[in-house]
Amino acid sequence: MSEKTYYNPADLGKFGKVTDWQETLGKKFFDYYGEVFKEGALTAREKALIALAVSHALQCPYCIDAYTKSTLAKGCEEEELMEAVHVAVAIRGGSSLVHGVQMMNKADEMLM
Amino acid sequence: MKLTKSLKARDHELANIERQLGILSDAEAVGIQPFEAKMAGIGLEPLTSRQLEIFQVNVGKMCNQVCQHCHVDAGPDRKEIMTRETMQLCLDAIRGTTIKTVDLTGGAPEMNPDFRWFVEELSALGMHIIVRCNLTIIVANKKYHDLPEFFKKHKVEVVSSLPYFSARRTDAQRGDGVFERSIRALAMLNEVGYGMEGSGLILNLVYNPSGAFLPEGQEVLEPQFKKKLRDKFNIEFNSLLAITNLPISRFLDYLVNTGKYEDYMQELVNAFNPVAAENVMCRNTLSVGWDGYLFDCDFNQMLNLPLEGDAPSHIRDFDMPKLYGRNIILNQHCYGCTAGAGSSCGGEVA
Repeated sequence: MSEKTYYNPADLGKFGKVTDWQETLGKKFFDYYGEVFKEGALTAREKALIALAVSHALQCPYCIDAYTKSTLAKGCEEEELMEAVHVAVAIRGGSSLVHGVQMMNKADEMLM
Repeated sequence: MKLTKSLKARDHELANIERQLGILSDAEAVGIQPFEAKMAGIGLEPLTSRQLEIFQVNVGKMCNQVCQHCHVDAGPDRKEIMTRETMQLCLDAIRGTTIKTVDLTGGAPEMNPDFRWFVEELSALGMHIIVRCNLTIIVANKKYHDLPEFFKKHKVEVVSSLPYFSARRTDAQRGDGVFERSIRALAMLNEVGYGMEGSGLILNLVYNPSGAFLPEGQEVLEPQFKKKLRDKFNIEFNSLLAITNLPISRFLDYLVNTGKYEDYMQELVNAFNPVAAENVMCRNTLSVGWDGYLFDCDFNQMLNLPLEGDAPSHIRDFDMPKLYGRNIILNQHCYGCTAGAGSSCGGEVA
């Protein structure tokens, strides 16, 4: 890819290299990360769908690539992937909209 | 793009095996460690064969489907099929040996005119017979409609590809309408008892990813397949076998064409699992080509990588002791069998 962009898909594969500059904290993070995504009270499949939704809420291209692949590999259907994205959209939209109540409160306070 | 012809019929550059091997052999170009060196790192080089248990016979490249990922480059235009004489050589070879399982593959093995004769002869020898049935062949023509009954008669284990429980991904990989026809065929197999509890008739499905990614664990996918196929289509089966797509022939073409080859190889290397490497299927399997030549596995067969050294090259020279402990021929495609939980014709190995 000759075009310069802030995001390079190949950088995802270098994620582990963050430990080169701070090994202790980096290692703790990756150990924790690995634990989080193991089967637990939630299945690894459910966790991958949550991660996909959060990836969209954060608009992280690396995470979107990683968890699209992860959810497909875990057998999720296309509809499930898109529903997860809509959950993120609903929360993002709802979190803006619910502030409308604050706006209404403020307006009520200001107006006669 | 839907395929209608094999690479060979299209005179495609990757129909040339030397070209495929040229791509696969150049580990440096992809920035990966050569497979042999990787195996040496865990003390598995040379990789040697063990007691032969599975005798896999590719009875021909003819097929009614033209799947995007086919490592055989099979299709209706492929005319290479095993003769009855070569089948007889196979029967002569295994008679009286410790081999108990014969795995029939293709192409669509059922399209070989001597397929039923071969199965009957194998059955008479008391072999456990596996047929890699693509399902759609059962409904392709009236003459195949009784295959479920025929399989049942000889207690054949049926292993069938179904890459997903919906039409979109299945048809994208295997051709338009394949999912709907596969479901009809599965219903016919269920009807005679295949996949049904207590019948003793085994129907296993094969999952392989519809794209350039690795399969997740069978234990994750199998319950989903069982539930979806039961709820939506009233289909039952025994086990789901997860198989990794190997970068050979049409899947290699797909990877190269879509610019995914390097990433896919890197992913396979990153997922290298020493336990899977220890248990690769080539250690207890012998692969026989349609023309009787012998190989370590069906993939090496398609890459025309013959057995090494003193091992017999053709089924007419079959010799069990000479096959034992032979060095298995390796190349970068072998990373496909050692990734993650491993991959074999029987699914995961680790």
